[in-house]
Amino acid sequence: MKQLDTLRETMRRDEVFSFVKPDANIQPITDRGVILSLEGVNKSFDGFKAINDLNMAIDAGELRCIIGPNGAGKTTMMDIITGKTVPDTGRVRFGQTMNLLGMSEPEIAQAGIGRKFQKPTVFEALTVAENLELAMQGDKSVWSTFRAKLSGSQQDYLGEVLETIGLQDGAKGRSGSLSHGQKQWLEIGMLLMQRPHVLLVDEPAAGMTHQEMDKTTELLTSLAGDHTVVVVEHDMDFVRSIAQRVTVLHQGHVLAEGSMDDVQQDQRVIEVYLGE
Amino acid sequence: MFRMLRGDYGGQILIALVVLACAIVPYLNLYVPPSSPFHLSTFTVTLLGKYLTYALLALSVDLVWGYLGILSLGHGAFFALGGYAMGMYLMHQIGDRGVYGNPDLPDFMVFLNWDQIPWFWQGFDMFWFAMIMVMFVPGVLAYVFGWLAFRSRVTGVYLSIITQALTYALLLAFFRNEMGFGGNNGLTDFKDILGFNLQSDETRIGLFVASGIALILGYLSCRAIVASRLGRVAVAIRDSEDRVRFIGYRVDKVKLAIFTFSAVLAGIAGALYVPQVGIINPGEFSPLNSIELVVWVAVGGRGTLYGAALGAILVNYAKTYLTGALPEVWLFALGGLFVFVTLYMPKGIVGLMRRRQKEIGA
Ligand SMILES: Nc1ncnc2c1ncn2[C@@H]1O[C@H](COP(=O)(O)OP(=O)(O)OP(=O)(O)O)[C@@H](O)[C@H]1O
Ligand SMILES: [Mg+2]
Repeated sequence: MKQLDTLRETMRRDEVFSFVKPDANIQPITDRGVILSLEGVNKSFDGFKAINDLNMAIDAGELRCIIGPNGAGKTTMMDIITGKTVPDTGRVRFGQTMNLLGMSEPEIAQAGIGRKFQKPTVFEALTVAENLELAMQGDKSVWSTFRAKLSGSQQDYLGEVLETIGLQDGAKGRSGSLSHGQKQWLEIGMLLMQRPHVLLVDEPAAGMTHQEMDKTTELLTSLAGDHTVVVVEHDMDFVRSIAQRVTVLHQGHVLAEGSMDDVQQDQRVIEVYLGE
Repeated sequence: MFRMLRGDYGGQILIALVVLACAIVPYLNLYVPPSSPFHLSTFTVTLLGKYLTYALLALSVDLVWGYLGILSLGHGAFFALGGYAMGMYLMHQIGDRGVYGNPDLPDFMVFLNWDQIPWFWQGFDMFWFAMIMVMFVPGVLAYVFGWLAFRSRVTGVYLSIITQALTYALLLAFFRNEMGFGGNNGLTDFKDILGFNLQSDETRIGLFVASGIALILGYLSCRAIVASRLGRVAVAIRDSEDRVRFIGYRVDKVKLAIFTFSAVLAGIAGALYVPQVGIINPGEFSPLNSIELVVWVAVGGRGTLYGAALGAILVNYAKTYLTGALPEVWLFALGGLFVFVTLYMPKGIVGLMRRRQKEIGA
């Protein structure tokens, strides 16, 4: 299978052979520079263009906010990056070299892109700790999963994450009985357990109290730097409190990009989004 | 070794009961004289042995349905295939004692004027080979079927329907004489197993105990899966398959592994069933059989394993009783039972007992 993929990759007609390319292109993904890029991505659902010539590049270690009105295509963009949706055209790259198109969801997840969903989805029949355990980074093949046991250091890390998300008291309780906000936290915790390079976070603040929101801000800000964090959010106060750089999406296209202040001044942005 | 039973009180009780039965039943049958009211007839022993194989079959269904969320309506097929593999061994054991007295060919082949045994009957005269086939044939079928279905992400009702189609297709195929499995009549008139006379009380007891041991080992291995991290991944797949992919698990592979294992268990159950009832015919592939065993699991309580075993034994006890007393009523009773359980006892008998326990505790 792997050879076949390599062969396909080598035979691509829209690419020069990789050995012709300058060496500089090959960089470890944790290096500075662009870690995630979308080029000319299009996706239609039954003729409706959800993503329309989307171009975006995100630097390693960045904390990026993506805003846009309902239906702008924010979630669809995350679906495309994580392999859930295959775009009609375009390119999605992780680091300088890894082509995410054609990779399956688990492969992308294992490569180091973690995701929190808009609607919090935790495994309700399992306990909080079990949810975290499943998400933990490691060999996820069937046999190793069957034999898996938490090592001491893994146990410690799990404890740390439980503390970070403030659920250490309810660790043995069923996650189905958590509140909406707590489920959001648990999902963030699962993301942390994966130790991804890139965290895609879809509307983390929904259903949170102001206090919880502040805590989320703090957590996401502290993660940026070592990790790359991409946040989709509706709550403007929240965005203002964390954003270094903001991308405004509208009808599947980037409308504006820049600092929060710049974006807020932009006439088109005011028209479609902030003004309303 | 019994680590997987920690906290599983239902399982501990189930295993204790089976062990007890394996100790007492032989005694009551062989050593208590038939005149005593405590004597257990060989007929009853065989009936109980049959229930045990059904319980093992129910376990295999519960593993994929209760934990992985795959409602298989074709598990009867794996059971029947295991049964046929055993049946082929037993046919070889008849040797020249058949009606036609042909030492090489089973009666039905002589009847069809075949002059030589088909290639796929080769090797089944060896017990070890037949036992490997008992597991291998259902396992390979489940693997190929699962590989196709899970990779293309067929789930839910669609998957249930194709499992049903699978068993139906096998039913039609095995009905045909040219398939070489005895057609309509199937395989029967068995004489010996490993040289022991199948009609003797001792052999019957041996098969009963073997079924009990298989049930216990089957239970322990299912429990080992369920209590492992893989078991938790299975539950996660049942509840939110997509989400599991995004944390990096290959959902199709997990499903494939557990589904195949479950089919192997069903095959073993079938292999123990056939020598006890003395016949295997295409009727075992009937779609209705597969649906019936889903009812057993639902009645007992799915997602508990021991509930499935309990359900299999209770429903079949009721079936034995009803088909004896009021044969026309059985199918209606089965249908009614399923409707009743789905509406009023979604967690089966086990669910009821747990609720009762909580009420008493409160
Ligand atoms: N699988 C799908 N099939 C059909 N249409 C879809 C599908 N997924 C998304 N869409 C459509 O694409 C558009 C973009 O949806 P998307 O969920 O990406 O928006 P969003 O920016 O995340 O909005 P929100 O702020 O409400 O979460 C919407 O009009 C939606 O109806
Ligand atoms: Mg969205």
